[in-house]
Amino acid sequence: MVTIVVGVGTIRGWRSTLIGAAAGFVVLVVVGGGLGVGLTAIPIGALRVVIGTLLLIFGLQWLRKAVRRVARKGLAGDDDEEVDAEQEGESRFGLDWTAFVLAFKGVLLEGLEIAFIVVTFGAAANQIWLGAVGGGSALVLVGGLGAIFHGSLAKIPRSILILVVGLLLSTFGTFWAAEGLGVSWPAGDLALIGLLVFYAAFAAGFVWLQRNDPLGVLHHEEATA
Amino acid sequence: MTTVWGWLKSFGGFWYDFVVGDDWTIAAGVCVALAATYGLYRAPGVPAWWLTPVVAVLVVAFAVRRANDRDADAGGS
Repeated sequence: MVTIVVGVGTIRGWRSTLIGAAAGFVVLVVVGGGLGVGLTAIPIGALRVVIGTLLLIFGLQWLRKAVRRVARKGLAGDDDEEVDAEQEGESRFGLDWTAFVLAFKGVLLEGLEIAFIVVTFGAAANQIWLGAVGGGSALVLVGGLGAIFHGSLAKIPRSILILVVGLLLSTFGTFWAAEGLGVSWPAGDLALIGLLVFYAAFAAGFVWLQRNDPLGVLHHEEATA
Repeated sequence: MTTVWGWLKSFGGFWYDFVVGDDWTIAAGVCVALAATYGLYRAPGVPAWWLTPVVAVLVVAFAVRRANDRDADAGGS
């Protein structure tokens, strides 16, 4: 949740991202508070498919952009160029909707999962309040770490950030969407690391192909200086 | 009626642009990947977890190539 919010905020701006995260949190509180133990009735599988699919689509779009950008300019990139085009996005009501929706979905889905776990375990132990305190503490701790380190992230070149956020969105999107369909991942949640390594390896391969393209697979322009 | 139709078109257009973006093949590829994964999941005795990431990287390769071709066409014209 925090990795997505921090990554998107650094690239697309903090205002819309934080508003999206806050909106997700509000919906989470309203849904969680309103339903209580009834939260377990929400079809989490369908939610995972919808949100996972959208995250995967956005992730692959960012990955495509990152591969072409890194191939042309290297990891350090040229931060001035293309910034405007990247940040234009879809703007409504003064908000960058890409940033808003990505942050909203990240907070809502992972928050619902936490709430779901809290309610399930809390109800099983007849101590929902203890589970809620644990879940709330984890949220505050992780959010605090994200707030502390977001300044350092701003110094990282944009090409790297686009690549990393693309990889993260693709990884979480793939994991959630497939899990929502009923697929079991080998090694459970640890499969997220495997997916991240897999996508990173392919992104590196794509960049290499884009630069060299010995078989003409990616059919790039002649001059890439 | 015309106003409602115009609003619906605008609403639909916004969500299409937002989700699908400038390359529809990525959204279509993801839907195909997940449908195929679900089909494989329903087949008895066959692991399905590997299919979505494999199709996803093929979709990115195809999208990169399409973008390159578009740039080349734009540069050549």
